[in-house]
Amino acid sequence: MSKIALIFQREYLTRVRKKSFIVMTLLAPVLLAAVFAIPLLLASGDDDTITVRVLDEAGLVLPGLRAEPDPGSFRFEAATGSLPAAQAALKGHKNTVLLVVPAAIDPAQPTGVHLYTATTLGLGQPQRLEGMVRRQLEVQRLRRAGVAPEVVHPTHAVPFELVTSRLDRTDATDDGMAWILGYGGGFLIYMFIFIYGIQVMRGIIEEKTNRIVEVVISSVKPFELMMGKVLGIAAVGLTQFVLWVILSTTATSAVSSAFGLEKVALAKPSTEMRGPGVAAAAPTDAPADTPAKPALDPKKQATAELLGAFKSQNWPLLLAVFLFYFLGGYLLYAALFGAVGAAVDAETDAQQFMLPITLPLVLTFVVAQTVIIRNPDGPVAVWMSLIPFTSPIAMVLRLPFGGVPGWQLALSMALLVLGFVGTIWLAGRIYRIGILMYGKKPTYRELSKWLFYKG
Amino acid sequence: MGRVPNRVRGAPLPAGMVRLSAAPLPFASLMDTSAPLLSIRHVSKQYASHRALDDVSFDVPAGTIFGLLGPNGAGKTSLIRTITQITAPDAGEIWFRGERLNPSHISQIGYLPEERGLYKKMQVGEQLVYLARLKGLPKAEAVRRIQGWLDRLDFKGQAHKNVEDLSKGMQQKVQFIATVIHEPELLILDEPFSGFDPINANLIKDEILELRRRGTTIIFSTHRMESVEELCDHIALINRSRKVLDGPVKEIRNQFRSNTFVVSGTAPHPPILAHPDFEVIEQDRPAESRHEFRLVVRLLNGATPNTLLKFLLDRSPAQVTSLQELVPSINDIFIRTVREAETVGLEMRNEE
Repeated sequence: MSKIALIFQREYLTRVRKKSFIVMTLLAPVLLAAVFAIPLLLASGDDDTITVRVLDEAGLVLPGLRAEPDPGSFRFEAATGSLPAAQAALKGHKNTVLLVVPAAIDPAQPTGVHLYTATTLGLGQPQRLEGMVRRQLEVQRLRRAGVAPEVVHPTHAVPFELVTSRLDRTDATDDGMAWILGYGGGFLIYMFIFIYGIQVMRGIIEEKTNRIVEVVISSVKPFELMMGKVLGIAAVGLTQFVLWVILSTTATSAVSSAFGLEKVALAKPSTEMRGPGVAAAAPTDAPADTPAKPALDPKKQATAELLGAFKSQNWPLLLAVFLFYFLGGYLLYAALFGAVGAAVDAETDAQQFMLPITLPLVLTFVVAQTVIIRNPDGPVAVWMSLIPFTSPIAMVLRLPFGGVPGWQLALSMALLVLGFVGTIWLAGRIYRIGILMYGKKPTYRELSKWLFYKG
Repeated sequence: MGRVPNRVRGAPLPAGMVRLSAAPLPFASLMDTSAPLLSIRHVSKQYASHRALDDVSFDVPAGTIFGLLGPNGAGKTSLIRTITQITAPDAGEIWFRGERLNPSHISQIGYLPEERGLYKKMQVGEQLVYLARLKGLPKAEAVRRIQGWLDRLDFKGQAHKNVEDLSKGMQQKVQFIATVIHEPELLILDEPFSGFDPINANLIKDEILELRRRGTTIIFSTHRMESVEELCDHIALINRSRKVLDGPVKEIRNQFRSNTFVVSGTAPHPPILAHPDFEVIEQDRPAESRHEFRLVVRLLNGATPNTLLKFLLDRSPAQVTSLQELVPSINDIFIRTVREAETVGLEMRNEE
């Protein structure tokens, strides 16, 4: 077994067996599922059905409310008797409210609509109820003005969607889908580089402060130790990533089935989002989650469209490119993080050297959210997707939008390979000197001298 | 100049007594008949503005304990790092068993650095197996040997504990096992007793002697002299990046002999040695009431201890209870050599 393989094995096994790894691996999908579930919970409020007793003195809203096509958790019934009697009847009833529409109400200028409750309503519930009443009053107003309500009734509006077609591609594209894939992929790479790059740095600082490093490098070359660590941690990251995809797919689909489709659909009108907007709002990053989305949409047509967009992507290419930039970007940055770890004695000293490393990373991510997403084939996007320090995020972002010429992709990949070979060489030079230097905080000038030390 | 120390105090030593040349030792063959295990030839190493090693040459005979001595910052660790191939020398060569030192020798060298440590969150057994395999031992063999060592050094049921849960003493033992597990031919111990408690230091000392008995060559780097005389067969003294002397301990001590003797006894009056052949360096009366005296005398002009004794017995009513040659300890030699080098360095700077 080669020495790099031995070091790789140790780095991998000790990390994968750590409690923190297991906890994070299990917890992250749960957190993701929570991010997915909390808006639904907030939107749907209490799980129980709320009975709305309507004291419709004017006789304007109750029939319409009863015919409401999407009543959510509300169930409407007529209240009997006078207002005090109806108020008295409310006592002791949980999940029951009294809606009073006064007899003298003017649908054009509605006032005096009152809601009495003996319980606390869920977040957003009164607003939702208000919206339904407003719509009924609107229908009445239109009717009085001589307009047939069917013509303008908002609930009868025909769903409309703008379909974008690119002339240079035969299949229909869906920018919503491209956005999810690009942004999600870029975000994953950004996170992966940060989390695991810093782990490389910490691991090296730990070896330095433990003073084991000199014992180890009397057996292996410093470069082997560094590469074994960088690759071992990459494997840990890939393992975690794969487990997250599996677990979060399971968790999100479990959540959506637990809430049931109607509740999910309820969340939609309240956020005023329709069609592709829903897909974009769903807090999912991994491409593996997308099959769950069409099931959330009640409209068959939308489902078909989403499926079409899903199919229109060149999945094998996307996945291969994603993995390439995922690993290539990590290797490029992990080597630099490793050099920082070797140069300092403690993590607190690492700050000054971290800035130039994290800057291009954060910059790409910030630019990605605005410039690249808005204009994926513009000059900023093209340049950023070619420069090795920014290309892992920028290229993954651009690719799903479908406008990347083959030569750009090939050039970007080649530059990234050159980039990480370069940073690994650089890091190796700093590393071999740095790990033997104790108790001294080097300056950039000293670091540059280390590059040219012999052996 | 500068290589020949200027002997400031006392009479000059006979010429040629301090070894300063890089030529092979004539005495090496007396101590050991085999070829040197390790041969350092004109090794230099430069770090930016600091010259860590300056044309250092010496041989380490096989099967001996070799003391690498020198004050802090003299270049010992730099030299060891070139032997362990952690760094490469800028100039010069190192030969190991007649071959140019190369990565294949790593598995034959064991190194206990002065800055040492272990992975704290790793189990003892697992850690030792890992370190042994890095040295090229197959897994099964590593496990077997580690079991043997752990049994021998009283690790009952502690092999599965994390290193951080062990006592300091036990951690030190783990460290030592990790250094010798691959049964290296050359063992390099950098300040091996620093950080070890007295019990473990003794245990390690016994193990070192046992290893030598079985043929391991040991380089023992230290700036503390207590254990050198007890353990070392050979020494090399490094000061200010240069080797200033080397050779078998006995020979070096002989070289530094200055024909000085300690005579003690009783006499009513302190014996007065007004004689051109005897130079009294020190004279005191430890217990005046009992007429005790003690003299430190250097013999000059070819005088022998017998001349001194005869002179004392003939000229004074003294009872001589002991006559002993004053052989300098390695510690004395070390301090003297380093001080002289400093004086020389100072003079040289003044001249400039």
